[in-house]
Amino acid sequence: MSTLYDLGVRDAAARIRRRELSSVELVRAALARVAAVEPQVGAFLTVCEGEALATAETIDRRVAAGDDPGPLAGVPIGLKDIICTAGIRTTAASHILEHFVPAYDATVVTRLKRAGAVILGKLNCDEFAMGSSNENSALGVTRNPWSSERVPGGSSGGSGAAVAAREVAASLGTDTGGSIRLPAAFTGVVGIKPTYGRVSRYGVIAYASSLDQVGPFARDVGDAAVVLEAIAGHDPADATTSPRPVPTWRDVLDSGVRGLRLGMPKEYFVEGMQPEVVAAVRAAIAELERLGAAVEPVSLPHTEYAIATYYLIATAEASSNLARYDGVRYGLRASTPGGSLGDMYERSRAAGFGREVKRRIMLGTYALSAGYYDAYYLKAQRVRTLIRRDFEQVFAHCDALVTPVSPTTAFRIGEKTDDPVTMYLSDILTISVNLAGLPALVAPCGVDGAGLPVGLQVIGKPFDEATALRIGAAYELASDWHRRSPLP
Amino acid sequence: VAITRDQVRQVAALARLHLEPDEEERLTADLDHILEAFVRLQALDTSGVPPTAHVEDFGAVLRDDEVTNPPADDALLANAPARDGRLFRVPRIIE
Repeated sequence: MSTLYDLGVRDAAARIRRRELSSVELVRAALARVAAVEPQVGAFLTVCEGEALATAETIDRRVAAGDDPGPLAGVPIGLKDIICTAGIRTTAASHILEHFVPAYDATVVTRLKRAGAVILGKLNCDEFAMGSSNENSALGVTRNPWSSERVPGGSSGGSGAAVAAREVAASLGTDTGGSIRLPAAFTGVVGIKPTYGRVSRYGVIAYASSLDQVGPFARDVGDAAVVLEAIAGHDPADATTSPRPVPTWRDVLDSGVRGLRLGMPKEYFVEGMQPEVVAAVRAAIAELERLGAAVEPVSLPHTEYAIATYYLIATAEASSNLARYDGVRYGLRASTPGGSLGDMYERSRAAGFGREVKRRIMLGTYALSAGYYDAYYLKAQRVRTLIRRDFEQVFAHCDALVTPVSPTTAFRIGEKTDDPVTMYLSDILTISVNLAGLPALVAPCGVDGAGLPVGLQVIGKPFDEATALRIGAAYELASDWHRRSPLP
Repeated sequence: VAITRDQVRQVAALARLHLEPDEEERLTADLDHILEAFVRLQALDTSGVPPTAHVEDFGAVLRDDEVTNPPADDALLANAPARDGRLFRVPRIIE
């Protein structure tokens, strides 16, 4: 007999729409689950108990009146705490926004609500989404539900951990260099980084605007697809969203992989990776082959330049985006009695930003400064073109690429915090996708000797989330990894 | 690459970031270490390769010049670290 917190998104919404279950019951079960596991997981920064129960009551009344609240009817969902929620504290896991209460909802929140979802709370992450382990949060520690000594991955670590620990059936995160896919892999859940321009960034606290993208976490591909459908599509408030229509992705999930051509980039299977990760991903690819896909080796020759390219472009954009935190209109203001306006800016930013955020602001400011712009920022933008062309060439004869997500499974808390470069290398297999603006799905495909999850990454052509979802769904049908649960 | 402490001070001034002496020292070492790891980029020939600022060119997106956001109200002003009625208070900038 499964408990209420085990229900997936589609299952729960279907029962609520059929009046077999009330949203209030489901939200109460989620709140009880949160209370039970949070001491060992620490995924939430804010739990919106009152708001969630009030919304659930409204949903139940609408269903009782014969109204259909939508595909996410009454289902509790968690949000990475860089997604603005009207009237609910939104911190970016930073001291500088610790008490910030947005006046409006991000477009993705408006759309979730329109689809009937209940916002259960706000999830921990690396400060301003800058990190690969969640250890850069200024507001709390999130632990991997599979092992309390391990990181959940970052930067959307709370979003992965909350879904893995069955606190919520789905959550939203953001992915700038791997920040959805790495935590999805480390916590053993499904995560989707959509094509750049597929999902609105309006109301999402900006890190690197040419790379940031919002996407879902869920426990299976179908649930992730339903959430993605709810949030995707053109938004007049974000000029970088695409006018392309949003497909009904849940209809493509049963299409299978027969006849699909899958590329295996040789640069993603190299010396120094954890052998169990390589073995699990190769076994998953062999399974896809058995299901009828054709697999061929391919090459993305500029992969070795991706880390440097990303960390120059992302930090340059971040240094500009984070210039707005000046202590004037909102956010932390340091006390500078008798000081100038400049003193107030400098002291407020010094007091409000954490170590990694300062490091990235400094690196980005340097890369953009007179005398270094051509050598660093412009150079990185040119290499970004080469990285995009690598993908264009392989996609001329492949439908999708299949790769590992990370060279290792979840590492230990504190293991990589001393050396920023070692931490940055965690992103080596995810970062090129952002530079090229591509969609990618992560699904669990095995475990290592310590029982820690391994993820399979499926990279699609621009705006072809459908093929990545098909592949993920076909693999899931033939495997049981997504059914495993870390906590009783 | 050899980043100097003076350069770190200049960059911090541009970024409007006050740094304590120990932070200056650590950031000098960090930036040097990071840029050293990125040095392979300089060896790559990119002559004739155009830069990518954005993966898709959305062109100039136009809309009617209409106010769509609600007027500044208490929900916005409530976040002000210091306010005077409907105004934000800041240190004096004109003597």
